Order: sequence, then structure tokens, then C-alpha cells
Amino acid sequence: MNRFIPLAITLLVLVFTVSCGPASSSAEAASDSSAAYIENKGSDTIVNLALAWAEKYQSDHPEIRISVTGGGSGTGIASLINGTVDLANASRKIKDEEIDEAKSNGIEAVEHIIARDAIAVIVSPENPVNELTLKQISDIYSGKISNWSEVGGEDRPIVRLSRETNSGTHVYFLETVLRLGSKEDKTLFSMDTLLLPSSEGIIAEVRQNPNAIGYDGLGYVPKDLKTIAIAEEEGGAYVLPSIPTVNDKSYPIARDLYMYTDGEPTGILKEYLDWILAPEAQQIVAELGFVPALLTPSPSP
Amino acid sequence: MEKSLNWREFVITRLIKASGYSAILFVALIFFFLVREGIPTFKEVEASSLLNIRWYPIEGHFGILPLITGSLIVTIGAGLVAVPFGIGTAVYISEIAPRWMREILKPLVELLGGLPSVVLGFLGFLVLSPFLRVFLDLPTGLTALAGSLLLGGIAVPTVVSVAEDALDAVPRAYREGAWALGATRWQTIWRVTFPAARSGVLTAVMLGVGRAIGETMTVMMVTGNAPVLAVKLGSLFSPVRTMTATIAAEMGEVANGSTHYHVLFFIGMVLFLISLGVNIAASSVVFRAKKRAERILS
Repeated sequence: MNRFIPLAITLLVLVFTVSCGPASSSAEAASDSSAAYIENKGSDTIVNLALAWAEKYQSDHPEIRISVTGGGSGTGIASLINGTVDLANASRKIKDEEIDEAKSNGIEAVEHIIARDAIAVIVSPENPVNELTLKQISDIYSGKISNWSEVGGEDRPIVRLSRETNSGTHVYFLETVLRLGSKEDKTLFSMDTLLLPSSEGIIAEVRQNPNAIGYDGLGYVPKDLKTIAIAEEEGGAYVLPSIPTVNDKSYPIARDLYMYTDGEPTGILKEYLDWILAPEAQQIVAELGFVPALLTPSPSP
Repeated sequence: MEKSLNWREFVITRLIKASGYSAILFVALIFFFLVREGIPTFKEVEASSLLNIRWYPIEGHFGILPLITGSLIVTIGAGLVAVPFGIGTAVYISEIAPRWMREILKPLVELLGGLPSVVLGFLGFLVLSPFLRVFLDLPTGLTALAGSLLLGGIAVPTVVSVAEDALDAVPRAYREGAWALGATRWQTIWRVTFPAARSGVLTAVMLGVGRAIGETMTVMMVTGNAPVLAVKLGSLFSPVRTMTATIAAEMGEVANGSTHYHVLFFIGMVLFLISLGVNIAASSVVFRAKKRAERILS
């Protein structure tokens, strides 16, 4: 029996060094080495922002690994419900059914607003149309308007582009633009709306097709595409999306962006979320074309 | 010595048998799984709304007709591209091309078959669909036609390599006999070699069609994914949504066990039954052709 003791000690030491080896370099992560890994998944709108945050945060805190993947808001929330991610990114609010489903899995989804985003309506630079009212955009996407000449453009068919139905941007656009924010309205996208699987797909098609109209998060719209100025009502002012127009609410299609956690965040997850809401990380938000979540302007020194 | 040889023989034959049967087992298991996850659809969605023409799953519109017709029109289009093109190439490689040409062409076609479909989809999205829009003056190039052309391209290598093998397997004596009777090269190919290789060529066509109907990534990128009922000839020139693209685009987000989830599995079941049908039709034709050939020979 005795000859097993040295072996057991060696094994124990081995296990100990292996499990603590990489973490021992950093003092604060030693308490919970498994939590030094943050799994972050969801909205494709947020994915670039989340990546930029993760990169910056990891370079400041080398002991923490953050893995960021896209897939759509629905995908992120579904993963949170299934317990496979720590942080779910969503460009829409979590639905009641999803909250219930999470509860039945023993998960309590807690919401954090991390940035704001404007949805830009984009057309090809060859298209002479510069401004539309919300109602006109709604009619275009629901199929009531099918030719650019009806909204002051050339005699061309309108090709409607949208994200897939699993995209939070899609759902937001449906509720805010197509249905003009009315809960009773059951208007749907025109059946021949093209559902493209990615933001890049929409941008590439709008770039080369003068018939196309698309929508996407402001942070994704490249400079060479034309962004449409939008008026809330006929006769109102036409407003282009930008940080000031989103913050003073004059641009009508803007929304909050969210991250969801299981319960109130603790430990490194809390530190990461606090950092995200601090000015340094919110600076990155502005750089990527989103609108910082600091709703109350910070007191000037 | 004798005994251990027997024993080894026993193990080896059993292993081979098991791997043969495992194919049946896997198909059965897959089908069982599809049915188990897909059948609840009938309880949750009425048959009449399944046959609706609106597919908008996040608001409970589960009409799968646009998806079925979308898949069919893209596959038929792909067949129209791949079959003549593939068989023509196979005939050229096997019957007409000089030896050196053949040595170049065959590996090239196989290389084409190894291209990842996502790469083709990317090319289709950035090059083919803008070209189609301008060339045919369409509202958008993201159409069933773009999907058909690319899927045809994807199916061609399959058709070529299987059909070429079949043509190659026709005994040389057949051709020599035809030439001896004064048949021209074309007559020999069309009347002798081709009919002799018919069952193999048909298998090639079916494998190609099977490849086309199951392809996902490319169609998702180039067909526009608009769930419109595609029953007119003009539908070829407008966007469609296929069953495979629907499953691929939506499976990632559905909550496990929801109605939408079951309907997606139901679509998978339909897809499975369609390819099963194609395969059964093909093998019954091949079987009948074989029988007749045997009668003639005897």
C-alpha cells in the first residue's frame, strides 16, 4: 500500500499544477479559474462591437478569455436559455415566452442596456430618392408600393431586402416600421421580400443593385451607400441617422442594444459588464458607428 | 493453424457484413429521428395551414408549399444544366478525347467536385447574380436561376465521374463491332455505347440530382430566400426559398421543442421522402432496363 503514496502525491501535484498553472500568473483569477472564460453569443448587429470590446478587455486583462460569436439575437437568447453562454447579445428585448422558457430551465434572464443603435435605410447611390416617410417605407416593405416612381424615383421595380427572421433587426423593423409601432397591426413583410442571411449580404446587394432597398444597423453601413433621411410623418422634417439625432430622438428608428445574463452578474462577468458601461468602452461604441448608452450626459469638468 | 484462420475469416466476414448493414441502420435511425421530431407538427399545426402559401414562422404562418416548390424549381433547373453538360463531358472524356486530354480533364473535373459549396456561393453572390441582373434585365439577380446554374455546376462533376465510369466499363468489343458494321463514331456512341451504359448513366443523373436537392449553403446565398410560391415559368427568374436554406437559416434560433422546431423537422422529413422517391424511381428504372437487357442477350 505504501508504494502508492508517492504516486498519489505526484498525481495530486500534477493535477494541481495543471489546473492552476495558467491561472497562477494572475492573482485575482486564482479563486475561480473556470470563470476566467466568458462565452458571449448572439446578435449579428452587436457582434463587431462585442468583438472590439472583448479584444480590448483581453489585452488589459490577459487572464480572461472571451469568446464572441454571432448568429442572431434569437440564437443568443436560445443559448442563454439552454445554459451554454454567459452573456447573450440581443438587438431586441427578450420576449415573454423566452423569459418563461428560461425560468423553466432555471435561468433568470437579466437585462443590461449596453449601447443604442439606429437602423439606417439604405439604397444604391445611383438611386435619386433621398428621403422617405416612415409610412412610405412601411408601404414599400408591405408590398403596397412596388415601384420607385411612386416615391419620387425612377421607373424601376423595388427589390426589398431584409435580414432573416431570426435577426433582432428584422423583428424591430417589423414592429417599428412596418407596423408603425402599433401592437394591433398585423402587417407582414411582402412575400417577395428577399431574406438575406447576413448584413454583408444586404450591403453587397444594395451596392450593386439600383432597384434595391435595404436596412441595417448604422454601424454597418459603409460610406459608399446612400442612407435615406426619414420623416416620422408626412410634412415633418427628414432626418439622417447620427449620434446626435438618435440621442435627441429626432431620428425615428433607433433602439437599445442589450446583453442578457443569467441572474445578476457576479465576479468577472460583473467586472466586464461594468467596464462595458464605463466611458472607455463606450468610446469604442461611438467609433464603430453605434450610439453610446450613457443616456445622461457626463458632467463636464 | 486451420482453426485460427477460420476464426479470423469469421470475424472479417462479420465485420464486412456489419458495415454493410450499418448503412441501412443509419438511414433507419435518421428517419426515425426525423419522424419523432417532425410528427408533432400534425398536432400543433392544422394541415390546411401547412398547405398555405405564407411562410412566416415567427408569427405562426407555416405554409410549406412555397418552400417545396422553391426546392423543386431550383433542382429542376440544376438538372437541366447538369444533365446535358455532365453527360456531354463524360462522353467526350470517355469516347472522343485523346489520351493526353483525358489525363488532364479527369482530374480537373474531380477538382471541381471538391470545391467547397460556400466558395461557389460567394462567387455566385458577387459575380453571377449581378451579371444575371444586368444581362437579363431582372429586378434582382438573386433568383432561382442563379441557384440552378450554380447547383448545376456543383452537380456536374458528380454526373461526369459516375457517367464516365459507366461508359468506360462498356467492353471495347461493342464499339469495335459497331465500327466493323460501318457505323460512324456518333452512331456508335448514340446507338451502342450509350445504351449499353444506360443504367450507369441514369445512376449518375440521379446522384447529381440528389446532390442538387440537398445542397444548402450555395442556394442560401444566391436564391434570395423569399418564400414565394414558385409555380410559373417566370418563377425561375424571381427569388425563391428552398427547404434546405430554410432549415439552415432557422434551425439555429428555434427553441427546442417549439412548433417552429417541429415544422423544421417536418420539412426535413419531406426532403428525405423526396430524395427517397427519386432514388426508388431511379433504381426501378435501372432494374427494368437490366431485365430487358438480360432478355435480349439470352
